Amino acid sequence: MKVRMIASLVGLAGAVMAPFAAHAWEPAKPVEFVIMAGKGGGADKAVRFIQSIIAKENLGPTVLPVNKPGGSGAEALLYLKGKEGDNHTLMFTLNSFYTTPLRQPGLEVDIETFTPVMRMAEDTFCLWVNTGRKDGEDINTFEDFVAAAKAAGDKWIMAGTGKASEDNLITDFLNTTFGLDMKYVPYKGGGAVAKALAGNNADSTVNNPSEAQGFFVAGTVRPLACMTPERIGLFADAPTMKELGQDFVYFMQRTVVGAPGMSAEAATYYQDLFTDVFHSSDWQEYRKKRALVGDPLTGDDLMEYWKREREIHRGMLDKLAGK
Amino acid sequence: MSVRFAEIVMACVMAAFSVYLMWKSAELNIGWIEDEGPGGGAWPFWLSAVMLLSCAGIAWNWWRRSTPLARSTEPFIGSAALRIVLQVVVLLTVVVALFDVIGTYCALFLFMLVYLAVIGSHRLPVALAWAVTTPVVTFLFFEILIKVILPKGVTEPLFYPIFRFFGMGGI
Amino acid sequence: MVEILALLADGFGIALQPLNLILIVLGCSVGLFIGAMPGLGSVNGVAILLPLTFVVPPASAIIFLAALYYGAMYGGAISSIMLGIPGASTAVATTFDGRPLALQGLADKALITAATASFVGGTISVILFTLAAPPLAHVALVFGPPETLALMLLAFATFVGLGGDDIWKTIFSICIGLVLAAVGTDIVSGEPRLQLFGLTGFFSNINFLVLAIGIYGIGEMLWTIEQTAKAGGASMLSRATVSVRRVLAHLRDQLTLWKATLMGSLLGYFVGILPAAGATPGSMMAYGVAKQLSANPDSFGKGNPEGVSAPEAANNAASTGSMLPMLTLGIPGSPTTAILLGGMVIWGLEPGPQLFVDEKAFVWGLIASLYAANLFALLLNLTFIPAFIAVLRLPFTILAPVIFVLCLVGGYAPTNRMFDVWLILVFGFVGYLLRKLDYPLAPAVLAIVLGPMTEPALRQSLLMSGGDLAIFFTRPYSGPIMVVAIALLALPLIRRLVRRFRTG
Repeated sequence: MKVRMIASLVGLAGAVMAPFAAHAWEPAKPVEFVIMAGKGGGADKAVRFIQSIIAKENLGPTVLPVNKPGGSGAEALLYLKGKEGDNHTLMFTLNSFYTTPLRQPGLEVDIETFTPVMRMAEDTFCLWVNTGRKDGEDINTFEDFVAAAKAAGDKWIMAGTGKASEDNLITDFLNTTFGLDMKYVPYKGGGAVAKALAGNNADSTVNNPSEAQGFFVAGTVRPLACMTPERIGLFADAPTMKELGQDFVYFMQRTVVGAPGMSAEAATYYQDLFTDVFHSSDWQEYRKKRALVGDPLTGDDLMEYWKREREIHRGMLDKLAGK
Repeated sequence: MSVRFAEIVMACVMAAFSVYLMWKSAELNIGWIEDEGPGGGAWPFWLSAVMLLSCAGIAWNWWRRSTPLARSTEPFIGSAALRIVLQVVVLLTVVVALFDVIGTYCALFLFMLVYLAVIGSHRLPVALAWAVTTPVVTFLFFEILIKVILPKGVTEPLFYPIFRFFGMGGI
Repeated sequence: MVEILALLADGFGIALQPLNLILIVLGCSVGLFIGAMPGLGSVNGVAILLPLTFVVPPASAIIFLAALYYGAMYGGAISSIMLGIPGASTAVATTFDGRPLALQGLADKALITAATASFVGGTISVILFTLAAPPLAHVALVFGPPETLALMLLAFATFVGLGGDDIWKTIFSICIGLVLAAVGTDIVSGEPRLQLFGLTGFFSNINFLVLAIGIYGIGEMLWTIEQTAKAGGASMLSRATVSVRRVLAHLRDQLTLWKATLMGSLLGYFVGILPAAGATPGSMMAYGVAKQLSANPDSFGKGNPEGVSAPEAANNAASTGSMLPMLTLGIPGSPTTAILLGGMVIWGLEPGPQLFVDEKAFVWGLIASLYAANLFALLLNLTFIPAFIAVLRLPFTILAPVIFVLCLVGGYAPTNRMFDVWLILVFGFVGYLLRKLDYPLAPAVLAIVLGPMTEPALRQSLLMSGGDLAIFFTRPYSGPIMVVAIALLALPLIRRLVRRFRTG
């Protein structure tokens, strides 16, 4: 009896530890997961969601989210840079991963030194307007939008999340391409931006689908165009920029990065861990509901992707500054 | 040092700090931008200017001896009080510096031991009991219950088995 | 109406299931301790425990977190009263009178007042929530930057007269708080701003807690140490006692505070609903208004129980209020509700206008559990009062180092930055010297809390209007609030002029 109990206990312990046992390297302590943004934002929500998937599916050790939102991600980048050679620090990045080092060369952050772990998704952007505008005008198509914004000049307010952020770059593209003079008003986070539009405190926004979705379902806001290669299933009526005659797509990465100089074994471990997270049914469901796209990318492919994206952003920032 | 003297020294230090803040704010636009409102540095710049103005007001009151503090010739701090306050200040500074070196928990142990035994003049067993209990309770509450990882410095490897025991890392 | 009551009854059915009851008890208890730690408030508690809630169904998960939220709100008052350190920005106003009460040996009275006022505030807000959720959600939606600025101005206006006798020192204190709040990044240009002494630690904002723990924790402790050294080693705190008779007497005294409590509850609820505001300005305004309405305004700041009951009623009412924009708009009214929003994603719920329609059981289960959590937190708090008092009776040479430890570790925990611990020490030492020279420091703490909401609101409004100040007066909500705020700000000035005119 006793022997059987011990045997089953050993078996149970083995079963609990099984997911760890296959690796050459394992974390010896809880893993710090740095978020380049504040509590409650999109990146923060995604990290806490990933944390719950890892715990729920028993995929790995304890993961502890730490917010470092300072200086548009500069604080987080410097922190990770200072963790050179550390095997227990990861970071969840957005596009400020490219733009912040480009805008602040004084930081001396070279993203090529960071360890590529896994691209979990790419978030998309659409152009949104309110369905019940204060002036009573009904804006149904992208053409309506261009006409109305042109007529309003700099009285047209585009709400966004801050200078040189993703939506600012898109706003700049819209302004230059269509001869508009929209005024960009920064808010704290995408949720506040979506709310500003819904409350008619802004005329348009460039929100991620997930940020505007609640108001879209309620019929308060309407997507006019999406910066994607193909139409998004949830907003089948909104054309892509390509259909509107502009070869423009824009994504925001949702990527896991490791500290510079992380050991190869540790990098492999985390790549495997996040592959498991990526293929979990919870993450797949989340991607579908949030209209996220982008295949998993890892290792050298991810590094190539970063280099490509950095050059694209360099061009966009130069244009923004040259104006 | 009398209270009256301390009053004007503090006003001067704070005036200097206000000037520094104004200079630092002026790295950004401190004026009014047409069609946009105040520039990025305007808010802190003009508030720092008001700080400077208040310091001038304090100095004016000091000059006219119109507040009780500006008239007081009592010592700013008694020598017995100064000794104990300085002891605490130095101890706190040393302990915080040690957080990253020998780790939070060892530093807290030393802090409690020194504070209780030296400043508090408690008997050694009492001091030791508190010095051991404090870091242990801190560890259990912060790291295990609410999962906040505190700096551990060179003592970090010692914690690996503990994390393993609580199922927070490796096998 | 009948339909809503039926829904609420169903909600109670969910909240009172055995599993959920256990979760309420557990959540309240953990929340109480987290809230009582200086530095840790409901935000940290909810953020830390959120990912662990997947083991239970969504309705139970949010019940647990709501209980934690309430527990932490009660706990924040404990730290404010017993240690004089506000554990969270929502509990700042509670220190103003809670601390003096504790120093007079009336810690038990302050704790009981805080607990009962919180309970009343929570109750009133749940009733208001039940009656008038959807129309108020609309107000929250149209509330934009000009309205936020008007509201902030109103919060500052209610605080006129909070400072000390020296007007220059009060102005200095407000301004330094506002300037410190501007450290970090300029939101409009995105440029780094006020990166003091070139330190990278100033890349991010100075967390309000860093200043509060520095001033009220380290600075105030140094001051107390000095006073005890002067008095030959006797601490004023150790006079605290508690007995059943005292508790009953204090409970009876609560009836005399009904005006402040009721006002705090109503004000807190309505301010709490407004997005971006949350419980902090609500509790501060309640304190200011209670002082101005009181028959005895001069006793505020010296241990008037009304100064505890008004902000405590308000912050609990506001935490219920801030659930409203979260549930109906998907917009967090406070940092804690921002985290809860993330939780709803984990549980597969879509916050937003449809939630009230599609997820009735979830919404009303949450409201009912808020109420149950409120009741339980009250009971828990009253039970623990003797234990808290026993802690205060520890010899001061033991209590002091323990409080220092709480300050240092509690200051590190919210941001995981050693830099913040160093800042706490610096603010503590400087705060101690300023305190000795009669600089009022409460205005600086208020300013660093309200500053990060005020400046962006001002700049966003002016961007919207193209630099035209008229925007603050022409909009339907901001206009009236602005006029009231300006009138309140001007009132003491006018009074003084009139007085001078009469005497001169």
